[in-house]
Amino acid sequence: MMRYGLWVATWVFILVVLVAPPAMVLSEALKDGLGAALATLSDPDGQSAIWLTLRVTVVSVAVNTVFGVLAAWLLACFRFRGRQALLVLIELPLSISPVVSGLVWLLLFGAQGWFGPQLERWNIHIAFAVPGIILATLFVTLPYVVRTLLPVMELQGRDAEEAAVLAGANFWQVLWHVTLPGVRGALLSGVLLTTARSLGEFGAVSVVSGHIPGETETMPLHIENLYNGYQSVAAFTMAALLGVMAMGAVLLRSAPEWIARLREKKA
Amino acid sequence: MSIEVSALERFAPGRRKPLLSKVSLDVPDSAFVALVGPSGAGKTTLLRAIAGLDPYQGGTVSLDGQVMKDVSARAGQVGFVFQNYALFPHMTAARNIAFGLDILPAARRPTRERINERVRELLELMQIPDLGGAYPARLSGGQRQRVALARALATGPRVLLLDEPFGALDPIVRRSIRSWLRDLHDRLGLTTILVTHDQEEALDVADRIVVMQDGQIVQDASPVALDRSPATEFVMEFLGEAVSFPGDVRSGRMVPHDPLVQPFAVPETVVDGSAVAMIRPYEIQLVPAQPGQEALLKAAPRGARNGYRHYVLNSAGHSIPFFLPQDGVDHALEGAALDVSRARLFRDGLACL
Amino acid sequence: MKQFFLALLRSNRALPGYRLSLITTLLWAGLLIVLPLSTLLVRPWQDGVAAMLTALRDGRMFAALWTSFSCAATAAACNLPFGLMLAWALVRGQLPGRHVANALIDLPLALPTAVSGITLATLYSPNGWLGAPLSRLGILVSYNRLGIVVALMFVGLPFMVRAIEPVLRDLPHELEEAAQLLGAKPWQVFTRVIVAPLLPALVTGFGLAFARGIGEYGSVIFIAGNQPFRSEIAPLLIVVRLQEFDYAGATAIALILLVASLLVLLLVGMMRKRLALWSERA
Repeated sequence: MMRYGLWVATWVFILVVLVAPPAMVLSEALKDGLGAALATLSDPDGQSAIWLTLRVTVVSVAVNTVFGVLAAWLLACFRFRGRQALLVLIELPLSISPVVSGLVWLLLFGAQGWFGPQLERWNIHIAFAVPGIILATLFVTLPYVVRTLLPVMELQGRDAEEAAVLAGANFWQVLWHVTLPGVRGALLSGVLLTTARSLGEFGAVSVVSGHIPGETETMPLHIENLYNGYQSVAAFTMAALLGVMAMGAVLLRSAPEWIARLREKKA
Repeated sequence: MSIEVSALERFAPGRRKPLLSKVSLDVPDSAFVALVGPSGAGKTTLLRAIAGLDPYQGGTVSLDGQVMKDVSARAGQVGFVFQNYALFPHMTAARNIAFGLDILPAARRPTRERINERVRELLELMQIPDLGGAYPARLSGGQRQRVALARALATGPRVLLLDEPFGALDPIVRRSIRSWLRDLHDRLGLTTILVTHDQEEALDVADRIVVMQDGQIVQDASPVALDRSPATEFVMEFLGEAVSFPGDVRSGRMVPHDPLVQPFAVPETVVDGSAVAMIRPYEIQLVPAQPGQEALLKAAPRGARNGYRHYVLNSAGHSIPFFLPQDGVDHALEGAALDVSRARLFRDGLACL
Repeated sequence: MKQFFLALLRSNRALPGYRLSLITTLLWAGLLIVLPLSTLLVRPWQDGVAAMLTALRDGRMFAALWTSFSCAATAAACNLPFGLMLAWALVRGQLPGRHVANALIDLPLALPTAVSGITLATLYSPNGWLGAPLSRLGILVSYNRLGIVVALMFVGLPFMVRAIEPVLRDLPHELEEAAQLLGAKPWQVFTRVIVAPLLPALVTGFGLAFARGIGEYGSVIFIAGNQPFRSEIAPLLIVVRLQEFDYAGATAIALILLVASLLVLLLVGMMRKRLALWSERA
């Protein structure tokens, strides 16, 4: 009896708190029909926002994956003074407000920043321009690859790597042929989390972007702009698109499991 | 406190085969009973049903003649020691032991001093007087075992139920804690049921052994009776290494098929027909072969233990182990036959009387 | 100093790639984390101590910080029972549709904050799906502090559930049975045998949700109403100060937020250690 009560309470809670928001996004986007919703996406500012978001995501995922893998290798394979501090440092962006994560780049490259005026003289624009957006996104997404890779690498130990070295493999060969294949799942997971966060980052990007429609507006910023301009259908359509992209990335993390399960069923 | 279990039935949800099928068991006051059987036989299920931890679909459990409804009816009267001890990880050994007293309603709860006094007594009794302040994670397996036992005894139950309590201990600790437990049982006048899959352990401590198989009790007897006349082939095999010799009973004599084995007389009550003689390796004896009987050819010595020399004989594709006393006499294997007259006879798996 | 760096560069293992990975990692973390964050420590003093003190005497800033802290604490506290319920249902309750429910728990983490922001604002607005029935009961959620709490509960929920879940899973079922047999009533079983060992996890969940809550921006600003002194959160005030080109003011708030969230995490770590004294192996 008590168990049924718990089940009902849990599902009501999940439906009201967790399912209602995404359902609401779809319902608002499709308020005037699918055609009207899709029509809002052909707006040039919207298109430019989508392209900018994709560009920023590709760059930050690429950079943070390459460096994240190297950092995970360093932290998993070696013990050195200051290792713990380095670990804390790498995880730091997770506990910093997104707004602060944007602000620090303004303090470096803004008009009143440390390097801003000098770069301005050389006609290099970082704050309120695309490079600033990329830097802010790099900052917020920096920890994910290391965080997902490191525990798995530590769990697996270094036996395979040591065996490979004894067999004569060099660093890149060990990394490419031994370590990375062993942590494929975790690496994929880290990359997808980085992707999801890059796509959706709002606070940090909002501070450094300058909000120039068609130039420095990413999808989340464009959503804000549309919403504040009472273009509800357009705002929620863009929100639905962004939500599907980000949640798709997060859900894809279990893809290897599904594939394995499918294979098992066939076998 | 006596325990009566009558016609207890329990079904696993969604399965037709019962976990317990009409199990009845009477345990008189201050008995020490061991429940043995292979895994999946229903020992733990029966023990948990007696404790009221699992619901059962039919039958009753009574303590001292009183039918017990649920766990709360048994609370405090029945001490239970879990296989993994189930010590509360966030409480010290002392607080674990005191738990059953700490949670009593204020009106019935002893004073703080009384409780602490009781905990000290129990720690003393368990021979771990200095470990009261330690958390379970810091204790060794044997120490955890003792804390779990002390916790089960703190409320002064008359019944103690132990579910594979020695499973996680190393062999030496096992043996010592086993005899200590038996001693504790006698001193406190408890009624104890011990679940174990280790028949030696059961034969070692219990006055009565209940053998279970497939959710049923196969035999319930004293260790001596059990050894003398096992009810089924399964019990015979479960209690220790056994060798089987199929053969035929003909007018009061059992004639094994194996020509190396001499025929022997059986009680007249046994009707003619095929039967299996089962015997422990140390009960097999060598006798001079009858004229015309096949001679014992090859038996390889395989080490020695407890004053017996072990041999393995290969005959007709079977290997027959037998032990001979190392009494200085050089047993002549040449020209010898096997005497299995101490074997028990079984027909269709059941003992024939 | 020089010796430290020289020692740092010597590998202690047979594995290759130490220097390479050390140098790239230091460069990466140095340029992307240390350099930008050092501005927070240095910048406030650039305009002189007087300017910093003026920035710190700002009443609106304190109101915003108070709003952020109190709402984050309230939301994290409200999430405790719900997080416990969800974790319990997932681990022990044999909830029908467990796998779907399990995936849905992470939804607030996956949903971009701007999307959650506009969605929650619409959902709880006086004529939204949830706001309409609530407003008929006289409860106004959007455009005040309650809205902030609701938004922070939404984003903080996964932290709570994911902190409790693994610990609950490792808690043997026999503990409850042992307590029952020793005579504990159901509420005693719950408080003494289940909640007590979960305390470190609850503290962690609370701390993580709180730390996330004080910095949260995107999911809150649309629902909050953003009235100065009433429903303006600290991260938003940073943005406002930046728009006013008051960099000193913005940096002061940022520094306080940063220190606060680091303190919370440190505190959580310390409390966990104290509470988890019992789980230490011999």
